[in-house]
Amino acid sequence: MKFRTLMRHIRVGCKNIIRNGWMTIASIGAVTTTLILVAVFLALVLNLNEIAKNIENDVEIKTLVELGTSDEEVIALGKQLEAIEGVDSVTFSSNDEELQSLIKSMGDEGTTWELFEQDNPLNHAFIVRAKVPQDTERIAEEIQSLDNINRVVFGKDVVEQLFKFNNYARVIGIVLIVALVFTAIFLISNTIKITIIARSAEIGIMKLVGATNGFIRWPFFIEGLLLGVLGSVIPIAIVLGGYYYLDSAVIDTISFSFVELLPFNPFAWQLSLLILAIGAIIGVWGSVMSIRKFLRV
Amino acid sequence: MILMKDVYKTYPNGVTALSGINVDIKQGEFVYIVGPSGAGKSTFIKLMYREEKPSSGTILINDMNLEELKNRQIPLLRRQIGVVFQDFKLLPRLTVYENIAYALEVIEEPPSNIRQRVMDVLEEVGLKNKARSTPNELSGGEQQRISIARAIVNRPKIVIADEPTGNLDPETSWEIMKTFEDINAKGTTLIMATHSKEIVNTMKKRVIAIESGNIARDEDQGEYGYEI
Repeated sequence: MKFRTLMRHIRVGCKNIIRNGWMTIASIGAVTTTLILVAVFLALVLNLNEIAKNIENDVEIKTLVELGTSDEEVIALGKQLEAIEGVDSVTFSSNDEELQSLIKSMGDEGTTWELFEQDNPLNHAFIVRAKVPQDTERIAEEIQSLDNINRVVFGKDVVEQLFKFNNYARVIGIVLIVALVFTAIFLISNTIKITIIARSAEIGIMKLVGATNGFIRWPFFIEGLLLGVLGSVIPIAIVLGGYYYLDSAVIDTISFSFVELLPFNPFAWQLSLLILAIGAIIGVWGSVMSIRKFLRV
Repeated sequence: MILMKDVYKTYPNGVTALSGINVDIKQGEFVYIVGPSGAGKSTFIKLMYREEKPSSGTILINDMNLEELKNRQIPLLRRQIGVVFQDFKLLPRLTVYENIAYALEVIEEPPSNIRQRVMDVLEEVGLKNKARSTPNELSGGEQQRISIARAIVNRPKIVIADEPTGNLDPETSWEIMKTFEDINAKGTTLIMATHSKEIVNTMKKRVIAIESGNIARDEDQGEYGYEI
């Protein structure tokens, strides 16, 4: 295809958008509505995912060393822990350090605990992190079987439930988004189909004059692309505006330390780009799918 | 040049429209296709620009063998043939100018040539002042002249007209026929299916009569030969 023919298709596609008037507005409306839903769900699922990932990564196994274990044995134990498959990091925390962090976490009442500084009753501890959070339980069991272990502590039930919840949330989120996108494609291809049925006689005439299928299809392709892109303008504005508000205003006032939203920059921009791409794809797909039938002669 | 050899056409519903057609039309001829309704005239016409495919037989159009024509080559065939229909078949939402230009856009002519050619053919059919109108703003005769302009704009060797005067009053019909005669005088082969006794008997040309799927007559300077 020559460049000027491509320009011609773009010109005709734009003209059709204007000539179709209300049908154009209906199609853009369909795209806009679905994309707003998709955008909200995407923002929700991606943030949930991020929060879940942060919590998962915070899961650690606290290994308390038996009292009276010699320094050599403690060092050997550290080596053994590092050797366990799937272990990411092993951090040693002496009983003094443990006491300090305990006192700190108690705040004002912590001072009463300072008495113990003379005679520390706490165990040495190893903080073990798994490479993959899901391995936590298995690693904990292996540690349990080693010598000189007093106790292995990790929030077993909490961790398991968290993993379960995260997996459900992810699957449900993805299913919902996919369903929404398909609904959008269906809606748009139906709306565009109505405009094309009105033009099916015209398509027949174009073929009689010697137009190839590609020549007929191109303006529709451009039209669908424009419908999708125009339909994504309002959702993108909502994403950028809404997320900016959420990121700056709301989070400052609530400020849960463990709830951390993905930062506005780059997340909101990436999401906008994704919405634009989804809009363009459903617009093009909708129009190309619905014209296919009329090109068979 | 148009050549048909032993052409048969049976529609999927079992109706046989043509049974054994043999025709040879030379470049530059003017041919009327006549015959009763339902005798196969329209099928005969449609075979030439491949709106229908023959069940068997050979069709050659400008040395293109339609038997070997692939679906994607159909547009190439149609660009060599200008077709004029009884119901004009203009694109209703395009202006007169855009309707005619469309036939040149599909062959990727440069825009400057398109402008020149469209204005030339509009002049030829006498409707230069209607370039910006849409088809529904024109009379039947004017619309038909626009569809003729579209048919000849890329200078095809063959123009096929399927009852082009069927929807027009007698006076307008004669204007259209005058235009066809001019086109034919420039060397274009003209094939016209018609029911007009008056036109066939007045403007004497070769007449091919099709009756129940066969060629009943093929005469130079022929008569219409039917009462209505």
